[in-house]
Amino acid sequence: MSAPGQPVLSLSRLSLAFGGLRALSELDLTVGDREIVSLIGPNGAGKSTVFNVVTGIYEPSGGDVRFAGQSIAGRAPHVIAQLGIARTFQSLRLFMNMSVLENVIAATYGHTGATPPESVLRLPRARREEREARELAADVLSFFGQRLAGYRWDQPAYSLSYANRRRLEIARALATRPTLLLLDEPAAGMNPAETHEVTELIGRLRDERKVAICVIEHDMHVVAGCSDRVVALDHGVKIAEGDFDAVANHPAVVEAYMGRDPEALAESG
Amino acid sequence: MSDEALPPPGPEHADLGAPQLAGPQVGADEWVARQAQRHEHLPSWLGAGQRAAERAGWWPRLALAAVAGLLLPVLGLGGFQLQVGIDALVIALLAVGLNIVVGSAGMLDLGYVAFFGFGAYGFALLSSAKIGTNGIHLSSVLSIPVVMIATGALGLLVGLPSRRLSGDYLAIVTLFFGEAFVEFTNNVSPGVLGGPNGIVGVDTIHAFGVQVSSNKAYYFLLVIVLVVTMAVLRLLDTSRTGRAWRAVREDPLAAAAMTIPVDRVKLMAFAFGATVAGLAGTIFAAQQISVFPTDFDTPILIIIYAGLILGGAGSIAGAATGALVVMVIYDGLLRSPTDSGYLFYGLILLALIAKLRPWRRLALVLAVTAALGFAAHAIASAIAASWVAGGPQSTGLIADALRDWVIVPANPQTAGNVGFVLLVCLLIALVQLKGGWRTILLVPTLYVASFTWETVLSPNPSVTRQLMIGAILIVMMNARPQGLLGTRRVEVAQ
Repeated sequence: MSAPGQPVLSLSRLSLAFGGLRALSELDLTVGDREIVSLIGPNGAGKSTVFNVVTGIYEPSGGDVRFAGQSIAGRAPHVIAQLGIARTFQSLRLFMNMSVLENVIAATYGHTGATPPESVLRLPRARREEREARELAADVLSFFGQRLAGYRWDQPAYSLSYANRRRLEIARALATRPTLLLLDEPAAGMNPAETHEVTELIGRLRDERKVAICVIEHDMHVVAGCSDRVVALDHGVKIAEGDFDAVANHPAVVEAYMGRDPEALAESG
Repeated sequence: MSDEALPPPGPEHADLGAPQLAGPQVGADEWVARQAQRHEHLPSWLGAGQRAAERAGWWPRLALAAVAGLLLPVLGLGGFQLQVGIDALVIALLAVGLNIVVGSAGMLDLGYVAFFGFGAYGFALLSSAKIGTNGIHLSSVLSIPVVMIATGALGLLVGLPSRRLSGDYLAIVTLFFGEAFVEFTNNVSPGVLGGPNGIVGVDTIHAFGVQVSSNKAYYFLLVIVLVVTMAVLRLLDTSRTGRAWRAVREDPLAAAAMTIPVDRVKLMAFAFGATVAGLAGTIFAAQQISVFPTDFDTPILIIIYAGLILGGAGSIAGAATGALVVMVIYDGLLRSPTDSGYLFYGLILLALIAKLRPWRRLALVLAVTAALGFAAHAIASAIAASWVAGGPQSTGLIADALRDWVIVPANPQTAGNVGFVLLVCLLIALVQLKGGWRTILLVPTLYVASFTWETVLSPNPSVTRQLMIGAILIVMMNARPQGLLGTRRVEVAQ
């Protein structure tokens, strides 16, 4: 994969326009090996759009996306996923009517190759891949301890609580064997205890699953607790970058979230 | 969330001194799942049977169904019933194939019946005198696989638009394809395809000097082919391919983000579905020893879909069961006035027993309905003899029982048509009303239903059976939306 020191993901002068609307303008962003980078910014800043471009849902109108040294701009989503970028979604997108276990095993499709005849006849390759997929699924589900324990495996995903759905989505993403994990608001809709758990979880993901992580999050406790580096976006433009304290106190970030200081506004007329 | 508050089960909590539960503790997830499971089962002894069947597992159930199917002709199924059985098995095979596209991969394919037709015409051309001077008359060992592969390839071709289209658009585009096939066979090169006269003189299935010619032989062949197809599709369904189909059905965007090549997976579903339809077509053509364009028109499509929906889309066993039930009702029971009468009154009684509680209310409704009928009949006959001159159109036991109860005038057609409109109005009113008023209105509704049946519905089976299938589907939708053997699904707005 990537050489030491080389970033896992690098966006250079990335732009995306929908008609006249510039969703992203000349955005530069890197995520290093086993680094945790947080993307923050007000609603509509273009954070999820970055994920959608990186995972191939949108094709960039300018600039380049490089993953592990190769350009992936404009490639199909499933190819990008096979290369090692996995993601979760802001509004959960689980396979609701499939079981918990099936949700995870389905994500091993790209790393298995048994053809339909092999599967039907249960030939050695199909059997081996099936066994390995099950082991991998058990492995990634065990990452969440009792939360997604064995007896839940055969239940449909829709029967899970909201927090467990979020966990299952991360487990499913891990089953694609990623080197880069994109988490889109993993703590949205969670209570303070669960939010705290998410913060720890993100650190564990990096340490135990050895992945680089880019996380979009509105909860500043999570951002402060897990980030190596924070990048702030507004209107598709990077407005600040650095460690949490530097970015959180950056005037442009304060302005993006709070609006301009009324006194300053009054002075400028 | 409540499940987070509960301590996890396990030995680390044994020191609390609380009694250890045998199973896992019930959290919110588990409760929801158990609740959902409870709704999966029918009430009382029916549910007990259902649970026993579920414990037995999928494969023993298939084996049991296969043995039962093979035993039916030995137990005396014959003649007309055997032909109904053959038709039902062909439709079941089609429903099982359609289930791949609609049930598993979630694409609404309304052109599916064209693949059935393509398979039938393909077999007919390869096994008749139509091509060349003496015809090809290919051995079925060769012709059936060749036709299946060709139909699968056509499925790939027709599936191509599915990469760009979904939902309503795909449904309409494929529907046009289906209609185009009927027009094609009707109009293009009548010398070979025969136009509306079709192709006649098709060989029966023959290989190595063995001929499959009797209806009984076709019945056995179809049972075996259906069971083998179901087994193959079950094995496929529980493999990576089946999971990919379902993932694409649930959420194509998420599936793509989880390494699944969505377009390729959709095309595979189309190809497999078409291959099964092609297989059904070959056996159909050989059994009928002829093919006509009208055999592959929209009515067949509707029947296949009715079966699939009744049985439960997404379930292989459900698709087969639903199709068999629909065809036996549609083609078998509803053709004979006696059988259709039993079915009609039987279904009404069953619905009343299931829905009217307590039993006193049920008894009251039945008693009042009976009294109303005899009174109405007596009054009508006192006014004019011609008002009751018709007599029930049902035959057998039902006719004897209803002779002095239901009014059938000398000219039943006109009165019946009025009765039908009245029945529809009463049914609409019945759905709108609640509580006591509904029970009161039920009495005249039942009487008008019987009146309509005995005057127009029973003598016109070709219309009635369409209405009956519709009525059965409406009842199903309300009682068990997931179908006979389907599993409950939630629709999530993405």
